[in-house]
Order: sequence, then C-alpha cells, then structure tokens
Amino acid sequence: MEMKPLTRAVLGLVCLLVAIWLVAPTLVVVPMSFNENKSLAFPPQGFSWQWYQNFVTNPDWSNSFLNSLKVASIVAVLATVLGTLAAFGLDRMKARPANLLRMLILTPMVVPGVVLAIGIYAVYLDTRLVGTLLGFVLAHTILALPFVLIAVSANLEVFDRRLETAAASLGANALTTFRTVTLPLIAPGVLSGLLFAFATSFDEIVVSLFITNPYLKTLPVQIFASITRDADPTVAAVGTILLFATTILIGGGMLLLGRERKGRQ
Amino acid sequence: MSASEPTIPAAERRWAWRPYALAMPALVLLLAVIGYPLLTIVLRSLSEPQWGLQNYIWFFSAPINLTVLQRTFVISTWVTLVCVVSAYPYAYLMTAVGPRIRLVLMLCVLIPFWVSGVVRTLSWVILLQDSGVINSILRSFGLGGVRLIRTQTGVVIGMAQVLLPFMILPLYSVMKGIDLRLMRAAQSLGARPFRAFFTIYLPLSLPGVYAGAIIVFILALGFYITPALLGGPRSTMLSTLVQTQVLSLLQWGRGGAMGVVLLVVTFVLLALAAPVMRSRYREAGRR
Amino acid sequence: MNPGQENRGNPGQENMGNPGQESRGAAIDLRAISKAYGSFKALDGVSLRIEAGEFMTLLGPSGSGKTTTLNVVAGFTEASSGALEVGGRSVVGVPAHKRNIGVVFQHYALFPHMTVSRNVAYPLALRGVAGAERERRVRQALDMVKMADFGHRFPSELSGGQQQRVALARAIVFDPPLLLMDEPLGALDKKLREWLQLEIKRIHRELGTTFVYVTHDQEEALVLSDRIAVFNRGRIEQIGTGRELYDEPATLFVGKFIGDSTVLRGAAAISGGETAIEIAGQKVATPRRLANGGRPVMLLRPEKLALVRRGASGDGRNRLTGRIGEAIYLGSGSKYEVDLADGSKAIVRSTLEADSFAIGDEVEVLFAGADVKLLADDDKADLSLT
Repeated sequence: MEMKPLTRAVLGLVCLLVAIWLVAPTLVVVPMSFNENKSLAFPPQGFSWQWYQNFVTNPDWSNSFLNSLKVASIVAVLATVLGTLAAFGLDRMKARPANLLRMLILTPMVVPGVVLAIGIYAVYLDTRLVGTLLGFVLAHTILALPFVLIAVSANLEVFDRRLETAAASLGANALTTFRTVTLPLIAPGVLSGLLFAFATSFDEIVVSLFITNPYLKTLPVQIFASITRDADPTVAAVGTILLFATTILIGGGMLLLGRERKGRQ
Repeated sequence: MSASEPTIPAAERRWAWRPYALAMPALVLLLAVIGYPLLTIVLRSLSEPQWGLQNYIWFFSAPINLTVLQRTFVISTWVTLVCVVSAYPYAYLMTAVGPRIRLVLMLCVLIPFWVSGVVRTLSWVILLQDSGVINSILRSFGLGGVRLIRTQTGVVIGMAQVLLPFMILPLYSVMKGIDLRLMRAAQSLGARPFRAFFTIYLPLSLPGVYAGAIIVFILALGFYITPALLGGPRSTMLSTLVQTQVLSLLQWGRGGAMGVVLLVVTFVLLALAAPVMRSRYREAGRR
Repeated sequence: MNPGQENRGNPGQENMGNPGQESRGAAIDLRAISKAYGSFKALDGVSLRIEAGEFMTLLGPSGSGKTTTLNVVAGFTEASSGALEVGGRSVVGVPAHKRNIGVVFQHYALFPHMTVSRNVAYPLALRGVAGAERERRVRQALDMVKMADFGHRFPSELSGGQQQRVALARAIVFDPPLLLMDEPLGALDKKLREWLQLEIKRIHRELGTTFVYVTHDQEEALVLSDRIAVFNRGRIEQIGTGRELYDEPATLFVGKFIGDSTVLRGAAAISGGETAIEIAGQKVATPRRLANGGRPVMLLRPEKLALVRRGASGDGRNRLTGRIGEAIYLGSGSKYEVDLADGSKAIVRSTLEADSFAIGDEVEVLFAGADVKLLADDDKADLSLT
C-alpha cells in the first residue's frame, strides 16, 4: 500500500518513539551498574567495577544465581519432555477432548500470579515444600508447560503426518519413525519450547516470592529483595549482565534461524 | 501351526488410549500443582475462620476493598488503551517495511520480552524515582520535580511497557496475514486511502486487537511486581492486597476470598472474549 | 507352517535382513476384501489375483475404492473382513513396516530434512545395510531413475518430477518384491507425466517386480498396464487387458469409462436372434442378445460409426439422423459430436479421406449391427466425470 510522505513520516516517528520506550528504559541499568556510590540515584558518580565483584563474591548474589540456574535447567528439561508428550497426545486425539485438555494445560498462563502463589504456598506449607528445590521445580514446570505446548503444537500442526506413513512403508516401526522423521522435523518447536521453559523459570518471581525461604532463594527473589530493602547498585550490575546475555542469545538465535531458513530454500 | 491372524479393529482399539497416556503426566502435574492449590484457596476462603460467606461479605462491604477493585480495573483499562494505541502503528509498520528493518523492529519487541521482568521494573524505578533520570533532567532545565514513583501514572507507564509485546505480537501476526491487494481493490473501486483503511484494513485487523487487548487486560488485572515496586498506598492493586492479607496479616480466609474474586473475574472475561475472538478469527480465515 | 501356504519362493518376508538377494516379484491374492467406515462401504467384496511380476493398474473414479485397496495391501488400512496374501503368505495383521512393500505416494513424501541420498539410504539403514554396500545400492537406485547427480540436494531444491523420481528410487532401493504406486504422476503436468510413464514402464521391465498402480486416468492405465482392474463403488467391475476392456466391456460403466463411446437407449424389442432399439422413431438393430436379461442398451466405439450427409444413399446398415454439434480437428482425422434426435450424443471419429462436416450440418450416423456391444443398462453407470 502506497503511503503519502507525511503519513509515512508520522508513522515512522511514532514507531521510533515506541521502540525507544520499549528498549531504552532497560538500558538505564548499564550506567547505574558502574556507580561509585552505593546509590541508585541518577546521575551515577565516577566509575567502578565493585558491584560486579560484589555479584560474584557475595554469597547472597552468587548462590541465588546458581540456584536459578539449577532450577531453570531442571525445569527446562522436565517441562520440555512433559509438554512435548502432551502436545503429541493432543495432536492425535479427537478434536473435542484435545481442545478441552489444551485449555486445561494453558490455564497457568491466565491464572493471576498471586492467586496461584497463595494456593501453592498453602499446599507447600502443608507438605513442607517451601524453600525446597523440588518445590521450585514443580511450580516452575507447571508455569513453563504452556509455552512448550504452544511451541511444539505449532510445529506439529504443519508437520505432514503422511511422512510417517511413508517411513512405515520403508520399514520403520513407530519408535524409529519418531526418532528419525518426526522428532527432527519438529525439533525447532521442541528447542524453542526448551528455551521458553528455561527463561520462564529463570525469570519467575511471583510464586517464587511466596515459596522461598532464607535457605533457597532464586535470583529474581534476591533482586526484588534488594530493590525493596536498599539502593544496592549490584542489582544494576545483575540487570546489565542479564540484558546482554539475553540480547546475545536472542539476536544470535534469530540470525541463525534466518540463515538456516535461507539455506533450505 | 500358528495361524493366528489378529483381527484389526482390536488392533486399532489397542492404540486408542495412547494419546491420553501421552498427555497424562502433564495433566497429573497440573492437577497437583494448580488444581489442588486453587481448590485449597476456595475452601479456605469459605471456611476460615468458620464456614460461611463472611470473607466475601467483608470483601464487598469494606470501602477500601471496593476502591482497590475499582482502581485495578481502571489501571488495567488504561494500560490496555496505551498498549493498543502504541502497538497498532508499530505492528502495522512491521508489515510494511523491508525484512531488515522488520528484524530490527522485531528485536526491539523481543529483547524486552525476554529480559527479566524484575530487571525491567528495576529500570523504571531508577527512571521514575524522585532522584531518578526524569526528575534530574527536569531539574537541569530549572523545572521543579514531578512525583512519578508511587503514582498511578508511573504504574501505568511501567506496566504498559512491560505488557506491550503481548499486544504487538498477536497484532502483527494478524496484520501480516491481511491481503494488501484488498486495499488496492478498495481504492480501485473509488475509496480514498483513508476510507479504504477504515472500511477494509481496520476491520480485518480487529481480531488481533481483540486478542492482544484481552491478553493485556487479563495480565494487567493480576499484575503484582510492577505495582508493588512502582506504586504507593494510593495505587495499590488487588494482587498487593491479597499478598498483604496472607503474608502480613495471616488472614488466609480474606486473602483467599480476594484471590477467588480475581480468579472469577479473569475467567468470566476469558469466557466472554472467547466466542467473539473465535468468530472473528473464522471471519478472517474465510478470506 | 501352515500347509495351505506353501513357500512359493517368495523372498518378501525373509528379505528384510538379507538385502543383497535378487528378488523377483511376489504374487498378490485379495479375497473378498471389505472395508466399512460406519455404514459406508469403501470396499465391498473385492477379489483380485495379481501374478508375480505383473503390472496391474487399479483404475476408477475417485471414491471407487482403488486407493483403499492399495492402502489395505500396504498395511496402512486394515480390512474389515477378507483374506490378503502377498507372496503366498497371509499379511493380515502384519503392520505396514514389516510388510517389505515399496510405496510411491502422489505427494512424494520425501523427508524434507534429509538429502536425496539420505532419503534413498533410509530403508537400507533400517535393514542394517551399511558402508560401501549401502552407497553402492543408493547410487544404483538413483542411476535407475536418472537422478545420480542430485544426491547432495535437499527435496525442496528439486522439481516435482525430480522429487517423484527420488521417491521411486527410495521405494525400490531395498528390492521389495512388490511396488505400490498411488497416483504417482497426479501432481505433474501432461508432458512430464507422459515421459515418466515410459520411465516407469522401463523400470518395471528392468526390475521384474510386481507393480500395482492406482490411477483415475484411463489413458495412463492403457499405456502402462499388463492388466487393469476397473473399480466402481467399492467393487471391481472388470479385470482384463486394455484391449479386452475396450473391445469387450463387461458392463456399461467399463464401456463408458474406457475410451470414447456412444450409448443408445430406447424402447427395446427382442425377436428371434435380434435385439432392436427405437430412438426417436428410428429403429436400429443388432444380431446379438443380452445373456443375463436386463434392459439392453447399445454401446458403440467412435471408429465403428460412419457419417454421411442427410439423404445420401446408405448401404443397408443402421442409420440415425442428427446434427453436427461439435467438430474437432485431431490432425490424424476428425472427431465429431453428433446431436441425435432423442437428445443424446454420438461420438464419431473419421479419417482424413472421409468427407468433412461443419457444425450444424444435417447428417446420418451409420453403423453395422455386428459392431454393437449390447450391455445391460445400469442407471448407476452415469459418469459425472469426463
């Protein structure tokens, strides 16, 4: 559709502002992380690496980071396995039960976080799961499942099931067919499900705030505590690290995906 | 002599349960970690301190609760409006530019989407606080400070930014499916570009607007972290109230009742939106 | 071992782990196969014997049961009842992946994440063929379909015809004693289709494998097959060579489905050895009688009909008046559609030497009573497809 130059300019300007609004605020953590003073007041003073050092050496920070890494890794694997199996089951069911079960598995996405959190907290108090690795893993897995289901289902929808018939005619049994034909073709969905699950767990805060205790804290809980308690620029350092790690992961992933797609065509 | 020839219907029946077995582990976990806790909350809201509706009566009779409930709706509505207005031109531009700029625009959406929500809220704290970026810029121009943190405006600005990707992504996916030749057809039939936009493009993009708006509104209703950090006593939302009742006052019954109200509102909204969205999508699919 | 199922030297079942073995084709025996989906009968008592090494085509309109039959043989669908033997062994209840039958699909079904070579190597890998032997056989199969230079390509980089040739190579590389093809050329344009038909014929000759080929295209069936089984409404109407089906159709459906034909319907009168039919007041007769009763109709092939101008002298043959409705020049002659007095159409093919006619010309159609095929009318035989 051809646009008049004026329309085009206005549209471009509006979008530029939206893009700035999306990206720029987060960048403010970068200068704050090099602050010399123990303060989050703007503008930062001087230059220092001390908050990065603090992140590595202070056990409050380093332990919570390692905890998050541990929980998120387990959750990523568990949610991907359960979610992929479920996506397969739903794909091969009749439409009516499949839709019903799909809605059930997607509910964690829409249940308000705090409501879920007090519910899980109540049950965990009874079952002594508060502040345990198992407790975190179970709660985060449920929250990550919908993302895996959506990613894998999207791939299964475009997967040509006649290829499975072809594999059978060539002598492959059900398991071999899955391993050599189906899985490689839905791998992008499984992989992005894995990533989503990891990110969901690594970032989860609301339920974590309720089921945490001084012995087991995850990184978001530590960040939240730090923001509400004091103006420690270590949070800015952590934010900066997360920002760059995410950008490299996403940017790299998108470039890789684009290149592969180009190669296939 | 083993001339056993299994009859086939039996063989087909033998595998009929398999899809359900595959979905079973996920469903069991779901019931244990979502179903059972939610049931617990409902029961506690009805049984503590004794059986009855006292917690709900309390919720709907205390003025402070109603104020917070109303405020939660108002803030969510504002957040949704801000998201729709800013996401629409952005998503449209994404469909109209070349692949390179589209990649950049997509990255601008996805990177904040993936960066930890806590970190993003932290940056808004740094920006909006009394000694924050905005106020220090205003002061350097010799203007007085503005109160942004612990106000509704601050909460809306922060929440809308965090939720914007949820609006842009569904909108973009609908807009990219719209056949732009329809616009040319409309113009060839005598519609001016403005009119062609309002009579053709806008109605076709509405499913995306609905989908995005519903997601944003529902997520905003239950938002906890951003209002907790950016808001003050005058911008408390329902989630914070629930948390206070349970963790600070140990009033499981009252906190549970509030949670149930929030849950019911969410599902009622979803139920109302589902048929509208479904029929709209079907319409768009008929193209 | 079941004494009724003597080993007839079919390598089919044993072949799985023993791929170097030279395989001849396997005979196939379908006996009273039925397949019902609820109350709908997709197959209604289909019996068919296909000899080892034969090229058999299952021909019929869509929904006639030919593809269902193929799926039953391949093991993708299980029959509701009936017996099925491949190479003298019952395969009822044997899952598709254990049947060792090659299948070529209309939609190619190449694995998009594997190169051409890996696609063709796939069935060999499943059978434990490795190393140089696997490479040799992949190359051999690709050579046979003339795709040897494309081994490193991905399916998405090939044209439809090339993809189908790769699919063919993949289906024959493991030496199956039986190859099933389900409208393999259906998605290709006419030129390519005609060339690939000849290729398939050549490959059949070179392999000596039994081929079962499904198509709705009667010309394709005539070009390819040793024998053709004509399907209609879940049943086989007739089995025979192309010539038999054209010259001696057993049913009106077969007569109309194979080749062009003129069908004459009207009030019938049988006297002595003669059957006569009255069409818009004109009587035509044939010295034949319908063996099994039923309402007789006459079926005539276009080359058995002659055209003269109205009023021109005849030679004692049957004659019907009409008007030229369509005239098509074919190069080697002309084809005319004549609108007869009762509203039906006659199709006439004439040679170059004969008179030519224009649309609207008043003509008479002549034919000898001996050239008439007398068949029982079958209202179901109305073909809605052309």
